[in-house]
Amino acid sequence: MKLLVIEDDHETAAYIVKGLQESGYVVDVAHEGREGLFMATSGNYDTLIVDRMLPGMDGLAVIAALRAAELRTPVLILSALGAVDDRVKGLRAGGDDYLVKPFAFAELLARLESLMRRGTGAPTTTKLNVGDLEMDLLARTVHRGKQEVDLLPREFRLLEFLMRHAGQVVTRTMLLENVWDYHFDPQTNVIDVHVSRLRQKIDKGFDKRLLHTVRGAGYRLSTD
Amino acid sequence: MPRFFNTNAFRLAAVYFAIFATSVLALLAFIYFSSADFIEQQTDETIDAEIRGLAEQYREHGLAGLIEVIQQRVAEARRTPSRIDDTLYLITDPLLHSLAGNLEHWPPVGERGGGWVAFPVSETHNGVIETDQARASVIVLPGNFHLLVGRDQREARIFRGRVTHTLGWAALITLGLGIVGGFFMTRNMLRKVDAVNRTSTRIIHGDLSQRVPLTGSGDEFDQLAQNLNEMLDKVERLMVGMRQVTDNIAHDLRTPLSRLRARLEVTLIEKPDVVRYGDALRDTITEADRLLGTFNALLSIAEAESGSRRESLDTVDLSEIARDVAELYEPVAEEKGLALPIDIADRVMVRGDRHLLSQAIANLVDNALKYTADGSVSLSLHANSSMARIEVTDTGPGVPPDRRDAVFDRFVRLEGSRSSPGNGLGLSLVRAVAMLHEGAVWLADNQSSPEARGLTAVFELPRVVDRTVLAPHETARLLPAPAGAAGSSSEPPRDLGHT
Repeated sequence: MKLLVIEDDHETAAYIVKGLQESGYVVDVAHEGREGLFMATSGNYDTLIVDRMLPGMDGLAVIAALRAAELRTPVLILSALGAVDDRVKGLRAGGDDYLVKPFAFAELLARLESLMRRGTGAPTTTKLNVGDLEMDLLARTVHRGKQEVDLLPREFRLLEFLMRHAGQVVTRTMLLENVWDYHFDPQTNVIDVHVSRLRQKIDKGFDKRLLHTVRGAGYRLSTD
Repeated sequence: MPRFFNTNAFRLAAVYFAIFATSVLALLAFIYFSSADFIEQQTDETIDAEIRGLAEQYREHGLAGLIEVIQQRVAEARRTPSRIDDTLYLITDPLLHSLAGNLEHWPPVGERGGGWVAFPVSETHNGVIETDQARASVIVLPGNFHLLVGRDQREARIFRGRVTHTLGWAALITLGLGIVGGFFMTRNMLRKVDAVNRTSTRIIHGDLSQRVPLTGSGDEFDQLAQNLNEMLDKVERLMVGMRQVTDNIAHDLRTPLSRLRARLEVTLIEKPDVVRYGDALRDTITEADRLLGTFNALLSIAEAESGSRRESLDTVDLSEIARDVAELYEPVAEEKGLALPIDIADRVMVRGDRHLLSQAIANLVDNALKYTADGSVSLSLHANSSMARIEVTDTGPGVPPDRRDAVFDRFVRLEGSRSSPGNGLGLSLVRAVAMLHEGAVWLADNQSSPEARGLTAVFELPRVVDRTVLAPHETARLLPAPAGAAGSSSEPPRDLGHT
């Protein structure tokens, strides 16, 4: 897995590169917009991590140029600009995800993983499976083994998101953004309560736990 | 004093004085010339009538008759000297020798065929010989006899002199009054402006408590002073508020930072141990995250307060937003053993920002759940024709009435709540969001039933009726404008009083 980080702040760039290398990625760095665009078009990268405010060429302009050149490489935007309007602007310019600085490294890893898997999953799937947990997207039913699991609409969407990202770490912020479409952190950790309720429904009474808590990061739905 | 001449007030006074003086002088000149003209005309008419009368006498009674009449007139004139002694008569033979009249000889105007002549005459008045211009009409009678009737211009001259004299004084008095009046007017005005200037200078030098003195007259200057004072009051209030916020931020961020620092230091002092180091670092990250959360909250509040989002407001369904928040918190309530009943009216549309409104309602519900140990937290949404009102009612310990305003300020937390998690910014954000939406938020007693305890948080904002999108200023007009409800207020607006 080869990544390109376009980030002008050397310290931040070094921190990201080090963290990604520890996680087993091959990482290149560009400290300037134009250089980054050049590298992105010539190198064969799986995902780009682009800072918004760059010298030479603005991050959004880099993304727009890439998209105009028919390059579909997934892009994660990193920015200190965190207002909803800023996100919308970033995603409209062609970004695939938006992460506000400062961020937890676990958050960055989880989002990268999610971005890189996005392309491979078959979009026309009508059934999702994780172990003996099965979700029928058309009938809107969930079964664990032979047993039907009764879910509320929001719980269904929560589980769907977790199943679509099975095996990956999913952070609380990702869940808030994707399942609830909220871009703020509620003071009480409401997500934990929702997840533990879901866990009650899908894991209770089964030997094998599927919904795991990943300390300091979030959750993971997997068979191991 | 040189400053005096350099003032706007002086320039204004000077211009008005110049216009005033010019008009007065023009008026006086007009009076002078028209009255002088009138006198001359009168004289000519009198002479004309007299000479025609005498010519009539000549035609009816001949030369002898004419001479007799003239002698009579002259004698009459001598008897009443002051009135008509200035009428001059002379009749001469063809050689211009006097036959009768009060002119001794033919004036030095030469022999004329008739018409108007002017010549000097000398007369003795009170022993003084005065020479005046005389004006006369001459006709030539058959036989080349000359008849002259005239008047000396002494009376006209005296009249003219008197008019000139009077007008001169009038002009002098007018100009004098103008100058004195202008001076006092200017000085008066200058004094009022000076008061404003003195006050502003003192304020510039740092004394923000200074106010422009009022004269109580209610004139424009008083109004100006009053407006300035109100402006200064507002600036001072904002400054004090700002200072308080800065102080609070400094104070509230210093505590977690020093805690963080102390923890790291203690870890370093103790024996190196990988497990303990890992724990310390994790704790440090948690603490840093909390600090970042506080900063993010501050930024959100500042952004909402700045009103820069006002242009991007859309018509949104507040009912849906409220239901989503209730759904988000329902498991939290259940876990705490609290009931979360909702009573939400359908399709209440408002002009707003979905994210901010969600966060504001979430903060209210979050707070209520956090501080309520048993009982319930209820969420309701109702609307009248112009306002949408969200109420979050709990059965918790409540907030003392005198603190209900203060808890909306940044970092303000009640004594009993310091131990529970939170940064004291939740309600500040709610207030900022309310203000952004031209609404209000306040706290009141839970009055759902007579024996109820706890608190009701009321969040109110203008409603968009019939899904028509109204411009913000039109929405503002729909508001009944409750007194002091622009931000937070511990008193509910009267027209929407409590049930």
